[in-house]
Amino acid sequence: MDRRRCCVRLSVQPSRGLVDEKFSVLVQNAPPGAQLTIQALHRCEGGHNWEAFAHYVTDASGTVNASEDPSLGGTYCGVEPMGLLWSLRPVPGSKPGLRLRKMNVQTPMEVTISVYQGHQTQGFVDQLASQLVERWYMAPGVRRIPITEQSLSATLFLPPGPGPFPGVLDLWGSGGQLVEYRAALLASHGFASLALDYLTSKITMETGKMVDNQYFETAYGVLQTHPQVLRSRIAMLGLSFGSSVTLKMAVYSQVMKLRCVVCISGSHVQPVEGSVQEMSAFIQKNFVKGRVNEENHMILRDVVLPVPSDPSYKVDVGRLRCPVLMVVGEDDQNWPSSESAQDMKAMMERAGNSHLLTILSYPNTGHLIEPPYMPHLRASFFKTAFSPEKVMALWGGETVSHSRAQEDAWRKTLAFLRENLHGNTNPEATLCPRL
Amino acid sequence: MSQTAPPVLSVRPTRALVDERLLVMVENLPPGSPVTLHSVHQSEDKDYWQAFGHYISDHEGSVSVAEDLSFGGTYQGKEPMGLLWSMRPVPGSRTGLRLRKMNVCSPMLVNISVYGGHVTEGFRELRPLASVLTERWYMAPGVKRTSVEERGIRGTLFIPPGPGPFPGLLDMWGGGGGLLEYRSALLASHGYMSLALEYFKPGELQTAELQLNYFETAFSVVREHPQVMPDRVGIFGLSLGSIVALRLAAESAVAKPSCCICISGSHFYPRDAIIGGVHGIAKGGFRKVRVDENNHQIWRDIGLPISSDPSKKLDVRRINCPVLLVNGLDDQNHATVEAAEDMAQMMHTAGKAHLVSRLAYPDTGHLIEPPYSPHFRATNFMVGSKKEKVTLLWGGQTKPHSDAQEDSWKKILSFLWQQLYSPRSPRARM
Repeated sequence: MDRRRCCVRLSVQPSRGLVDEKFSVLVQNAPPGAQLTIQALHRCEGGHNWEAFAHYVTDASGTVNASEDPSLGGTYCGVEPMGLLWSLRPVPGSKPGLRLRKMNVQTPMEVTISVYQGHQTQGFVDQLASQLVERWYMAPGVRRIPITEQSLSATLFLPPGPGPFPGVLDLWGSGGQLVEYRAALLASHGFASLALDYLTSKITMETGKMVDNQYFETAYGVLQTHPQVLRSRIAMLGLSFGSSVTLKMAVYSQVMKLRCVVCISGSHVQPVEGSVQEMSAFIQKNFVKGRVNEENHMILRDVVLPVPSDPSYKVDVGRLRCPVLMVVGEDDQNWPSSESAQDMKAMMERAGNSHLLTILSYPNTGHLIEPPYMPHLRASFFKTAFSPEKVMALWGGETVSHSRAQEDAWRKTLAFLRENLHGNTNPEATLCPRL
Repeated sequence: MSQTAPPVLSVRPTRALVDERLLVMVENLPPGSPVTLHSVHQSEDKDYWQAFGHYISDHEGSVSVAEDLSFGGTYQGKEPMGLLWSMRPVPGSRTGLRLRKMNVCSPMLVNISVYGGHVTEGFRELRPLASVLTERWYMAPGVKRTSVEERGIRGTLFIPPGPGPFPGLLDMWGGGGGLLEYRSALLASHGYMSLALEYFKPGELQTAELQLNYFETAFSVVREHPQVMPDRVGIFGLSLGSIVALRLAAESAVAKPSCCICISGSHFYPRDAIIGGVHGIAKGGFRKVRVDENNHQIWRDIGLPISSDPSKKLDVRRINCPVLLVNGLDDQNHATVEAAEDMAQMMHTAGKAHLVSRLAYPDTGHLIEPPYSPHFRATNFMVGSKKEKVTLLWGGQTKPHSDAQEDSWKKILSFLWQQLYSPRSPRARM
């Protein structure tokens, strides 16, 4: 190595950030007008390598600032401050159908950002500089508390400080498992969050029986009775199947008094009086009606279309008494979230409570709308919790639009939760009293 | 019944390097309400340090430490970083304490809270409205820390992440002795391979038999490292470390630094004196030690008046690299400002005035450290072979000294960048 040449300096700030924080990537001291490649590399918990890269040209002072300068090519183009994260994809030669998820939230995601000479696309050589960046789901001081009482399989994340805090019950979709990262991130934003496994809970795995609706009320009770949680400021947030459960509980539960709900890529279409068992059976039945596209990816969005008019198959959203935020991707190939949201709107307009509904609808955005900067997948291998069959599910969405949607939706979700859970106006006061 | 939601306190970033700024905000307060923002840190020595500021929320119920005025507390006015630099030991603590991080592999944990009303004491017994934890790191992720024990020298080397090559630094602290790693860890986080050098154990300065070649070897260890650019190695010193740095720059035929940073140093000790002899010579001057009204020792008169005889001091005219001299005008430990003035004069006579840059800060003391660390006007110190414990007066007033730390660090990094990463003008060959 020629130790006499001038050295390129790469700085990424913050070097330790939360996963939803932006970072700045600055390259300095390169020759002016030089071609450079900036690469991001991450080895996920599954042991697979994910990579993103972009081509830049330094300015007259030998600098590249990824927040201000355009990428001329690579896994993203144009001015994209966070492109090195959201455009990550499995390195060529990887197994197909991978999905990037952090299951252990107590350690950070480690991403290596490097600068290479020239415009390279693979087999990167001539590394000029490199930095290690940590991306955390948990802020310092957030407490992670496994909850196993009353047969629950859950994890409670408490923000630092004395509290009391507003609470969020957090549900994922039909893949099951106890997925903690969104709850951990919500706690880092000041919400006491309970991540709940309702499909592959310990009791289900042991007895083979799915949980009943009371399981959710029990989970709600954990939040509601916790000394550091504000009893009357609890929200529920669900994605996909979790949204369906959320809507059902928000309307029909006598126990849960939710201050607001957030439904991502979900639907009110489901057997209304049904338990988790019946809802799963409904999905499973429709699963076999899914079609595949030319890439052999399974599309499930059509199976419950058209939206039924039979009220026993739709949650009666006209009875909702709290604000609801619906987040939908217009290119959702897994579930007809857009059509459902429109039908919900119509139902609520007829019932006179549509002022409670906010729909965030994103073009070219798919089903898996997650916290920002995580890579978008148009399709991945998927197995529901109630069937052994693994399919390559088509989620939809186009990477750039989907990534922008994730960023925007997350910001608005946090603002919605803050406004409804921290605000001092009681939304119930604006409605007519029930007779 | 609907409970009122407590205020929301946010601190960004949640994890930062110690020289990065903090944004502290409180929201969801009642408008126009008095609150106290408070920070507390438990040091490695188990003492508690705290700072606090009194604020009043605006019409939206928000307080922003970066934008709003503190009306009282350990700092006043618009001070975005006041919760860090104005920290001091909690009432009832031992006296003469100094806050230093010895283990750089873990962060400094600072708890920041908001209390109702304008509180001045008894924070531990009160329940805060909200509280968050923030991490302050000396080491960026990916920086490697390795112990060095080769060729007779002792120290810790901090290597930035990446392939290199990097500019190098030999980093030396002062007369307290021991091995202090935090500044080197921070410099490596800024892209410099930095060797924190131990050259005597605390209290053993007088018996330390240190020759110039110990330091020359240390310099060579850095310069010869495969990931260091051999013609981009500088020396960074504070206090006694600065004196050593100047000696190397002026006298060594082996160590030829590309630049020197000398904080609170001087050229008072004649050539050929061994480092241990520094204290021997100083001892002669010990009759000049005064004490203030608190019985804190003032050493600044030792070495004064500065001789005009060049043989009685270090011949800085022989220095051939850029030197940055950083001093506090209220330095009560060493006459560093007078020394800097004299050094500049000497170099001017040799036609080398262009090599000297001076930063002199009013109401600033001897211990000019990386920014946002608390200021200490006087601390405990071990002196002499008998390991006598005294309290030395360093000088400075908290606010101006903290401003000086922030300003000088920025300028030091800029100086290092210019000299070691991106030099534009050719340097004189020796």
